[in-house]
Amino acid sequence: MHHVTLDQWSRGASALHRRDPRAKIAALIVFLVVLGTAHRDLGWLGSVLFLVLLAGIRTARLPVRAALARAGVVLPFTAMFAIVSWLAGDPERGIALVMKAYLSAMAVLLLVSTTPLPLLLRGMEMTGAPRFLLMVTQFLYRYLFVISEEAQHMSKAAAARCATVRGLAGNGARFRAAAGALAVLFARSYGRAEEIHRAMLARGFPGYFRPLSALRFTGVDVIFLMLSGLTLVFIRIIIERAA
Amino acid sequence: MHIPDGFLSTPVWAAMDVAAAPAVGYVARKAQQGFDDAKVPLLGVMGAFVFAAQMINFPVGVGTSGHLVGGALLACTLGPAAASVVMCAILAIQALVFQDGGILALGPNVFNMAIAGVLAGYLPYHLWGRGSGRRAAIFAGGALSLMTSAILALAELLISGVRMPGPVLGVSLALFAVSALVEGAITVAVVIALERIQPSLMRAPGAGRSPAFAALALVAVLLAAGGVVFASTEPDGIERLAMQTGIASHARTLISTPLKDYQAAWLGSGWAAQAGAGLAGLGLVYGACLMIGRKR
Amino acid sequence: MPPLILVNQLKFKYDDGTAALNGVDFRLDRAETVALLGENGSGKTTFALHLNGLLTGEGTVEVCGIPVNAKNAVTVRRKIGLVFQDSESQLFMPTVLEDVAFGPLNHGMSPAKAAERALMALEQVGMAGAAGKAPYHLSAGQKKRVAIAGILAMDPKILVLDEPTTFLDPPAQRALAQLLSSLPQAKLLITHDIPFARATCTRAVFFKEGMILQEGSIDEITMLQDWEFRPRRAE
Repeated sequence: MHHVTLDQWSRGASALHRRDPRAKIAALIVFLVVLGTAHRDLGWLGSVLFLVLLAGIRTARLPVRAALARAGVVLPFTAMFAIVSWLAGDPERGIALVMKAYLSAMAVLLLVSTTPLPLLLRGMEMTGAPRFLLMVTQFLYRYLFVISEEAQHMSKAAAARCATVRGLAGNGARFRAAAGALAVLFARSYGRAEEIHRAMLARGFPGYFRPLSALRFTGVDVIFLMLSGLTLVFIRIIIERAA
Repeated sequence: MHIPDGFLSTPVWAAMDVAAAPAVGYVARKAQQGFDDAKVPLLGVMGAFVFAAQMINFPVGVGTSGHLVGGALLACTLGPAAASVVMCAILAIQALVFQDGGILALGPNVFNMAIAGVLAGYLPYHLWGRGSGRRAAIFAGGALSLMTSAILALAELLISGVRMPGPVLGVSLALFAVSALVEGAITVAVVIALERIQPSLMRAPGAGRSPAFAALALVAVLLAAGGVVFASTEPDGIERLAMQTGIASHARTLISTPLKDYQAAWLGSGWAAQAGAGLAGLGLVYGACLMIGRKR
Repeated sequence: MPPLILVNQLKFKYDDGTAALNGVDFRLDRAETVALLGENGSGKTTFALHLNGLLTGEGTVEVCGIPVNAKNAVTVRRKIGLVFQDSESQLFMPTVLEDVAFGPLNHGMSPAKAAERALMALEQVGMAGAAGKAPYHLSAGQKKRVAIAGILAMDPKILVLDEPTTFLDPPAQRALAQLLSSLPQAKLLITHDIPFARATCTRAVFFKEGMILQEGSIDEITMLQDWEFRPRRAE
């Protein structure tokens, strides 16, 4: 599924979209910890948490099937480990792996599809991640698709040049052509970075980035955070007590 | 290998998150080099480059192809601290946008690939990048960066109790070894091509730093990675491996004897001791980071 | 009133020794639109980069009476804005509004004022509706207009545009020509697009091998330098 889709989803206008990114990040962490630290009654816990996430997806007005499918990208990798676990005589662990990995991915997806990535990165400052690193990530995201497109063009060109050479010699030639393409892409990307820096200087860049807007934590965000956090914790406690 | 959420046990991911945090803060400060945000566009764009580079296929056999992972290449061109920051950014985007790797698992993934992997990728170049062994050093860097991150990831999974019986572990290691060689080959091929078009992009290796410390750091990284893997394999797994596949008895004694004494003490004290031991091994790697950094 | 741009015997050599500028003299007194024509590699872009101090060479460069050097760089860059050829490298912020507000913010405006100024500039170029969009999703013509807005937001006296019609389809070229005609600032246009130059510029200069060879009207220069694409008919 194309990343552009995720970008579109993140610019929606539901109640979840409007929440402060920090509240959503905190809620996600609570979710992941509640799920990740659980060892018993995973069937119950998993089912209830799934319903909670489903409710979140509906509230955010996201296409349910597409969202569930997208979270499924973790399944192939996880399924391999699950199968190994089952063959090694520990099927419960295998099922636990699949369930936890899938639900975790779904939760992260819910966060990312209700928060535009640059805003999410601003929110992550609260986790103590260095601002420098977050800005680098922001720029990475901005130019991810630009450079990927360039790479696609080059890869087609490189393949076309070596299409006729067969066998091992062909492999060697294609290998070198690919390395050449990467080197050119590297140099071009480096050049682009210098262009960007010049463009920044030309508009008065003082050496550091100034944010245009400040994040504001409203009362609704507080309520959201308390509600989701407490709900998740209670769900776990109740399930483990009841069983 | 990007570890998803739900695989690692709490002590492991928590310990790794704690281990990764100061390392990330450190490389971020070093990469800034006191220029505040001036380096942001360069690191961001080169991160985008690595992503894009993964789309270019390198044929490595009949019908199979590999692609660049990039830690070692970044380290030889941007320097190890900047390379670490770029890898962190890449891992963050992979986890958030592509659901490749978990969020709580970001600590372990960052440590394995952005810190230890980049360091292992850089050290050979730092030590032997001048002179005739240059290309071999770059190849070794590529291979080691991948191997180190893979071994650390496997170790974390094993400590967490994820089932990986002997044959599976063996096959995984073999596959990683092949990928490591491919990474080495791609890295050196790209560097050769790069030197032809713009040689100034390569960083001068080991400028003015004591090779002794760097060599020590390299040994520490290898020991830590290898040591952690041996320390973490489950006793059951090894026994089963020996019995199921009929591994020659000399191999069995080689592997299980040191482990038997080792684990009796460790497993007895539960996960806390294991996590602590894991951290200690990784502290070696972290210490290597600091040693390299202080020399500048 | 000091001249808007005054360049005297500007010389510049790249690191590898190639002489890019060999003594350029240029003067702009009024707010007019001037086309910078010439072969690729004749020094047009290098010249432009000297006007706002991104490159420094020998000779004098003054913008609105201010000598262009490291000390005055910030002030000069408020007077003269550069629109680069590749808008993708110019629009580096995550959203259009943040990008256009980049200049005003750097000049010390409060975030609220900067946002206001940015919206005004976006309205001027007809892109106010795109304020919240990511630059990646815009068309080439839209990106160019946002890039111009980013410069206009800084309220410069002079605009320099490097090959602005590259990547633009004819409708977008038309829209750009219209926009440029509506702007009161002085403009320098580096371009190979002669019809576009004719539509927007009052005079032209011709660069060759790092120097200005000729100045005059577009027609004079294209005729004397044979600088227009007209297929030669076989006799």
